[in-house]
Amino acid sequence: MSDVAQAAVKPGVARLEMRGIRKSFGATHALKGVSLSVAPGEVVALVGENGAGKSTLMKVLSGAHVPDEGQMFLDGTEYAPRDPLHARALGVAMIYQELALAPHLSVMENILLGIEPHRGPLMNWPEMRTRAGQALAQVGMDDVDVAVPVRSLSIAQQQLVEIARAVACECRVLVLDEPTSSLTQHDIEKLFALIRRLVTRGISVVYISHVLEEVQEISTRFVVLRDGESVGSGGTEGTPVERIIALMVGRDVGELYPRSARSPGEILLEIKDLAGIGKPLQASLQLRRGEVLGIAGLVGAGRTELLRAIFGLDPVRNGEIRVAQYSGPATPNRRWAQRVGMVSEDRKTQGLALGLSIADNITLPRLEGFGPWPIVFPSRQRQACRPWIEKIPIKCAGASQRVVTLSGGNQQKVAIARLLHADVDVLLLDEPTRGIDVGSKAQIYQLIDELARRGRAILMVSSYLPELLGVCDRIAVMSRGRLSETRARTDWDEHQLMATATGQENR
Amino acid sequence: MNAESSNTRSFRLPKGWIDIGGRLIALLVVFVFFASMIPDGRFYGLRNLENLLRQSAVYGTAGLGMTLVIITAGIDLSVGSMIALSVVTVAWVLNIGAGAEAATVGGNEAAYFITQHPVLAPIAACAAAILIATLAGLVNGSLIVWMRLVPFIVTLGTMGVFRGLAKGIAHERDIYPPDAGWVGRIMDPVLTAKTGSWMLLPTGVWILIAGVVVTSFLLGYTRLGRHIYAVGSNEETAWLCGVKVGRVKLIVYSLCGFFCGLAGLMQFSYIGIGQPTTGDKYELFAIAAVIIGGASFNGGEGSAFGTLIGALTITVLYAGGQQMGWSKWVQEMVIGAIIIIAVALDRLRHLRWKSTN
Repeated sequence: MSDVAQAAVKPGVARLEMRGIRKSFGATHALKGVSLSVAPGEVVALVGENGAGKSTLMKVLSGAHVPDEGQMFLDGTEYAPRDPLHARALGVAMIYQELALAPHLSVMENILLGIEPHRGPLMNWPEMRTRAGQALAQVGMDDVDVAVPVRSLSIAQQQLVEIARAVACECRVLVLDEPTSSLTQHDIEKLFALIRRLVTRGISVVYISHVLEEVQEISTRFVVLRDGESVGSGGTEGTPVERIIALMVGRDVGELYPRSARSPGEILLEIKDLAGIGKPLQASLQLRRGEVLGIAGLVGAGRTELLRAIFGLDPVRNGEIRVAQYSGPATPNRRWAQRVGMVSEDRKTQGLALGLSIADNITLPRLEGFGPWPIVFPSRQRQACRPWIEKIPIKCAGASQRVVTLSGGNQQKVAIARLLHADVDVLLLDEPTRGIDVGSKAQIYQLIDELARRGRAILMVSSYLPELLGVCDRIAVMSRGRLSETRARTDWDEHQLMATATGQENR
Repeated sequence: MNAESSNTRSFRLPKGWIDIGGRLIALLVVFVFFASMIPDGRFYGLRNLENLLRQSAVYGTAGLGMTLVIITAGIDLSVGSMIALSVVTVAWVLNIGAGAEAATVGGNEAAYFITQHPVLAPIAACAAAILIATLAGLVNGSLIVWMRLVPFIVTLGTMGVFRGLAKGIAHERDIYPPDAGWVGRIMDPVLTAKTGSWMLLPTGVWILIAGVVVTSFLLGYTRLGRHIYAVGSNEETAWLCGVKVGRVKLIVYSLCGFFCGLAGLMQFSYIGIGQPTTGDKYELFAIAAVIIGGASFNGGEGSAFGTLIGALTITVLYAGGQQMGWSKWVQEMVIGAIIIIAVALDRLRHLRWKSTN
């Protein structure tokens, strides 16, 4: 692979050159003449809010869309992929946020899918084993048996299998779309080390991410897209994050983490020695009215399970959960009645009914007062949602628009609006800003602050430490199923949080 | 605010109506095709129009129950068997009323009461048929909810169980009730009968129309209806939002049984006897009507009015094919192909909707 990538290098010629790419869908101009150039062995970060045109641009690059105008060159020769398969054959490989693997097939079958070595109609298994093994070795995964089914691997390992697939196809340009969204800090570091190795072999990387800290760490240059145009680019080193954010949203976002004066009141949620069937193993905390309590920790530490147990989604083996004056067994139905609401981590599979309208999604927990019982007038349902749509605000054509057609950030705002409509006292938020654009994040932080000021209690799980330190009043850390003591946010810093999460520090 | 709400209404309505309108146009196209091909205007004569409605009533009514089930992303394969159960029950109870079966249930006070008051016999028969079909639906629902079994498997099993039960009640023979009373006449032609009636259409057709209206209202304007869509669109979300998913499913499968009970009454009126083997493969017609009507097997989509159009489309195709003198095998192939085309068109529509996103 390295030889191919190296051999193709022509001095002074960009590895990938996209010139004046335009693409419209009906009346929407998704791309208005975007140019992008990537040198061999360079990592270029592509940033922008959702809907800025990043995915469209990458779909053009991968051959999923044919541009209306513009040209592309790969190592100086014209590049016009017919479809993603063709693009891959020409050396452009994409790795999407949602991994595209066949879970039941083995690692080697996945790596060599479509390019299986064969003797006539028969598979050449020994050759397959060798080539898959080589590809795995190049991504630093030589400890994995190539014959195990992919579904038995962790998410991080599955992602490496995808990268190994790209490597096996001898790719020259590797596009990574939000690759770290489901990885732990440790795996992210391993991924970055791998990217750096690949780059030294001459592979060019286009790195798409919302996490600007990562962009700064891994990329050499950045390109900002907004409304289908490239609005700025430059060397990543020496450019402050605030500058990039301002380019992305087209204005200064001001204080990203607003914090008004909060006055914690009585205890609304108390957990004593809670243990679930698997995780959490041991968790105790107290959540007061008018405060934001954050839970840090690695993915898989048991944070999501803690929230699910509190909300009655997962069984409780031991311990006590007390909501205001209520204790005893819980179901989601009962929790809503006790004025507790939850936004789940995965809005696509759990949080939202994507096929239904915004109004249906927001009002689902409390379908009351829209007509004489048991009648629900859709017009009143929509009317009830209008204030939330305007206030949060949710960018949409109207309350009857289907949620699936909204951007990720706006979908998340719908999930949160549900709690506002139900008028809950306790909000359980699991990764409320995962995978959404900076503008929406800022709006959600603002909303959380306002809710806290107005006497709501918020329990928030996040993997993004700056966010936790910025938004929360107190923070506890979940490590391997055990929740640490809760401390004021001023007593923590990122390093301590990380150390506690990885269990290196037990104070 | 008034202006604003009318504004959203004008935004909302077109989408649903284009959807239904497209299906209506397809139905009309099929109808016009046969109307122009079949000589002497026989196909669009009043008599045939009424016949088409009468023939749609059974599929349509069973299809309403199936619509609810399919919106929750479930399936009910026992529909044909539940219809047979209802048919046999009607005949069986009517027989008691006539005293013919009294010996076998000797001493039963209810049976005795009915024999003394012959007026009650048809009412008791209908009530019993609807009750037993609803209970059958409840059994489906209970197995799916409490045993956490897959609807396809549960109803595949109960398809056999209910059919067997129907045969058992009838002792594996057809039951010939001496006098079916008005139950036997609910599907009789009215519009084109010599003795006109203020009813205009057969009772069975009115039942279907009422069923469509009630189901539409249920789905669109009640809490239960919104919960049914929510469960089908995303069960996890529904549960997370406090919807009692199990209860919704129990109700939906029971309602499916209820509609099969009604369909059974119509079927009985059609064939006039308690035939335990009737209604074979009707679940497939009901499913086809629901799917042609715009529902998705993935759940969260579908409408009662769409199902009505679907049922009419299937009936028009069958009746048209028959009156054109097509062979049975041609008819079957055409209907099969139409179902696939309908679903393919739907898929296309969805794809377009996704790509504009």
